[in-house]
Amino acid sequence: MNIVDRRPNPKGKSLSNRQRFLGRARAEVKSAVQEALRKRKVADVDHGEKVAIPTRGIAEPIFHHSRRTGRTEHVVPGNKEYVKGDEIPRPTGGQGRGGSQGSPDGSGEDAFEFTLSKEEFLDMFFEDLELPDLVKKSLKETFAVDLQRAGYTVTGSPANLSVRRTMRNSMARRISLRRPKPWELEALREAIAGARARGAEDEAERLRRELDRLEHRSKIIPFIDPLDVRYNRFDRVPRPNTEAVMFCLMDVSGSMTEAMKDLAKRFFMLLHVFLIRRYRHVDIVFIRHTSTAEEVDEETFFYSRETGGTVVSTALEKMLEIARARYPTDRWNIYAAQASDGDNYGADSGRCVTLLGSEVLPLCQYFAYVEVGDGMGGSLTGLSRDSDLWRAYSEVAPAHPHFVMRRVNDPSQIFSVFHELFAKGGTRA
Amino acid sequence: MPDSHSPGLRLEAATPLFSGPNWDYGALRRVYDAVERIALEEIGLDVYPVQIEVITSEQMLDAYASVGLPLMYRHWSFGKRFAYHETLYRKGLQGLAYEIVINSNPCICYIMEENSMTMQTLVVAHAAFGHNHFFKNNYLFRQWTDAHGILDYLSFARDYVQKCEERHGVDAVERVLDAAHALKDHGVNRYAHRTKPNLAEERRRAEEWRAHAEATYNDLWRTVPGAGKDREDPDAAEARFQEIKRELGLPEENLLYLIEKRAPRLEDWQRELVRIVRLISQYFYPQKQTQMMNEGCATFVHYEIMRRLHDKGMITEGSMLEFLHSHSSVVFQPDFDDPRFGGFNPYALGFAMMSDIRRICEEPTDEDREWFPEIAGSGDGYGVLRHAWANYRDESFILQYLSPEMIRRFRLFHVSDDSTKPALRVEAIHDEVGYRKIRSGLSRQYDLSRREPDIQVVDVDLTGDRCLILAHYVHNGVLLEEKSCRAVIRHAATLWGYSVKLLEIDSATDKTLKTYEVAPPG
Repeated sequence: MNIVDRRPNPKGKSLSNRQRFLGRARAEVKSAVQEALRKRKVADVDHGEKVAIPTRGIAEPIFHHSRRTGRTEHVVPGNKEYVKGDEIPRPTGGQGRGGSQGSPDGSGEDAFEFTLSKEEFLDMFFEDLELPDLVKKSLKETFAVDLQRAGYTVTGSPANLSVRRTMRNSMARRISLRRPKPWELEALREAIAGARARGAEDEAERLRRELDRLEHRSKIIPFIDPLDVRYNRFDRVPRPNTEAVMFCLMDVSGSMTEAMKDLAKRFFMLLHVFLIRRYRHVDIVFIRHTSTAEEVDEETFFYSRETGGTVVSTALEKMLEIARARYPTDRWNIYAAQASDGDNYGADSGRCVTLLGSEVLPLCQYFAYVEVGDGMGGSLTGLSRDSDLWRAYSEVAPAHPHFVMRRVNDPSQIFSVFHELFAKGGTRA
Repeated sequence: MPDSHSPGLRLEAATPLFSGPNWDYGALRRVYDAVERIALEEIGLDVYPVQIEVITSEQMLDAYASVGLPLMYRHWSFGKRFAYHETLYRKGLQGLAYEIVINSNPCICYIMEENSMTMQTLVVAHAAFGHNHFFKNNYLFRQWTDAHGILDYLSFARDYVQKCEERHGVDAVERVLDAAHALKDHGVNRYAHRTKPNLAEERRRAEEWRAHAEATYNDLWRTVPGAGKDREDPDAAEARFQEIKRELGLPEENLLYLIEKRAPRLEDWQRELVRIVRLISQYFYPQKQTQMMNEGCATFVHYEIMRRLHDKGMITEGSMLEFLHSHSSVVFQPDFDDPRFGGFNPYALGFAMMSDIRRICEEPTDEDREWFPEIAGSGDGYGVLRHAWANYRDESFILQYLSPEMIRRFRLFHVSDDSTKPALRVEAIHDEVGYRKIRSGLSRQYDLSRREPDIQVVDVDLTGDRCLILAHYVHNGVLLEEKSCRAVIRHAATLWGYSVKLLEIDSATDKTLKTYEVAPPG
């Protein structure tokens, strides 16, 4: 008998099968993910998800008997009161049938349930989302360059010396020109010494001449010749500029109820996860405002509580200020997302429109405005009354196709709104 | 039954082999040796050499996914199975098996690291001796499977599928495998008219063939005009087709075999893939036919061994209780009206029948003498069992050995279900007049050829549109489930390359009840 410990064997042997399965079930999983998202708390956005998908696309059909035709017989255990000739009403489920164990291959199941890992889940969710117009058209031919390998060259800087290629050339040349090998010379020297010791001077002299000849030869055929040397060659490939910054503007004023703030935070949280997952180099600037605006770090943005009055324009001004100082438009793609309940200090809305129309929007690739409701407004009054800011922004919207407005009243809408806002290929209305 | 071991043994092992729940390699080896002595000397088992491999629960799930085999080619359906079992396991709805055993030589037993030492003892007795003995001795396994070659063949299959994926793309390979999987239950030879596949030979053959094809490939052949089929006169053509039909050996029940050999449009690598699926399916065919006996044998063996270990004082009372707890949940059989009921538990029925046979041999009643005159009171229970394990499968085993005592104990009853009538009817219960009917009914329930649809290739329209014609012989009016049937025929058409037709023919009247026809995709 032999005992083998297989525990240290590499894990995840079935990973590729799992990926194939997910790929296969992609359409179903995707719609299941969407479905799951509708019920889901955003705070859980970073977790995996259990999804149930219909078996259509992943069915493994085999020939099997239909249960509703013909005459069949069964022997089952556990008789309690029946005697021969009794009639039993037909059971509705699979009860009273032998054989079926409810295996995953059985056709009886309606849905197939399993758990997606966090990565798989988020990949599925963000799969067809993107930052719109990431590359500014005017910037497509800009400075950023990538180096790309492009074979070998005979000139270059020592840092790019290709040792392997050089040694290969050198070796080929040494072999073809028959450069004496060091150990051949060594052997010859020993033979000379041996001959001398034996007193065979003629022999030693002959060998010495041979040695001289070979040593001369190895001098004129160098180990590495400048001819052998090769350098790695790189082409400079211009790379479109994809540096981007996202401004997150959030209203934390007193008019926002806790529920609204929660909605706004959820929205930004999703945006945050999306950006850090999908883009390697995206700066995110968090700005929150009451009657004044300030730039804060991520932690404060999401978790601190603060209230005050509402002057929306301060946030826009803050954004402009930061953009001018740190993100010149000729180098950066600028995005902004704003969340607010739409209440604003009386005269400020006009100023917001001016700022937005003349200064902010020309700067931005895309500006998304999300208005959070308290979840009742619409349904109680039948027609939701447009807020100050909504009405004001509505004036700007038609002239700027890259400005989009959406309303969110309920946590369950966040995912779909988010999806609409960042869907690939301009399905945004 | 009084134990026949010598008093010397009792003295020798007065101390338990282990104590406490944790296992270690030393204890495992001691237990193995003790179990081996009992199994070989006292029960008279005959086993392949054993290799025990310790694995984690994740690896156990892996093994579940690839139908219990240690190596398997890649396919999405295994990923699906993995996801399914993983979910059940994580939710706590399903425990994992304590072991998996591979019918190979040496016999490989996977045991889980989480098992307690008592469970490891149980697993060694159950798998390394019970299943192992069954694999080595049962006639179906001897006839159909090549325990020496299976691991090599699986590794070949995995590499071959991978190479095909590299050459032809994952999608193309998946298409063939999907289609072949749909037909895999109909890819087995049920009767031994061909020699047992030698899997090592099989692997060498495939590799040589490919190397030869590569070495002798000459693009020129493609340009040489064909043999001029058009110029043949019609009579000769007709004769030739008849000849081919005869060669096809129709009717043929092994659909995959016929497709592998005769499908007009398959490339050679596709044929090889079909062959891989077919051979692996054939490898599992005996297991499907002997599941109840196999588990029964293993359960009976582990019960006997554990009992004897306990009698000799080699395991503690605590271990014995732990074992009995686990054993009784394994052999639990829910009644038909219990929500947990999902058909017969092969462990329960198998174990009960094995124990019953020993009882008949050793303490027969008058009823037993009447029903089993040749074994009742023979005294050699183990001998009769070894004979049964070697020479029966589930269906014949039940027909031969299910005793009235067992029928009473399980309170078996026989119901008939006529879909045209509103209610089921009880045909027989556990009484004098019902025993035989129940016994033959239960035996039929285990008959694979009745459980699986009887489907055969009956004709190939070689002169016309090359349509492959299948027939499902309908017994007692039980038709095929329509949706899956259509899907499977579509898969068959993918492989065949032309239309596939399926006729549902009543086996009693020869009337065609239903026809399906599916054109190949594309």
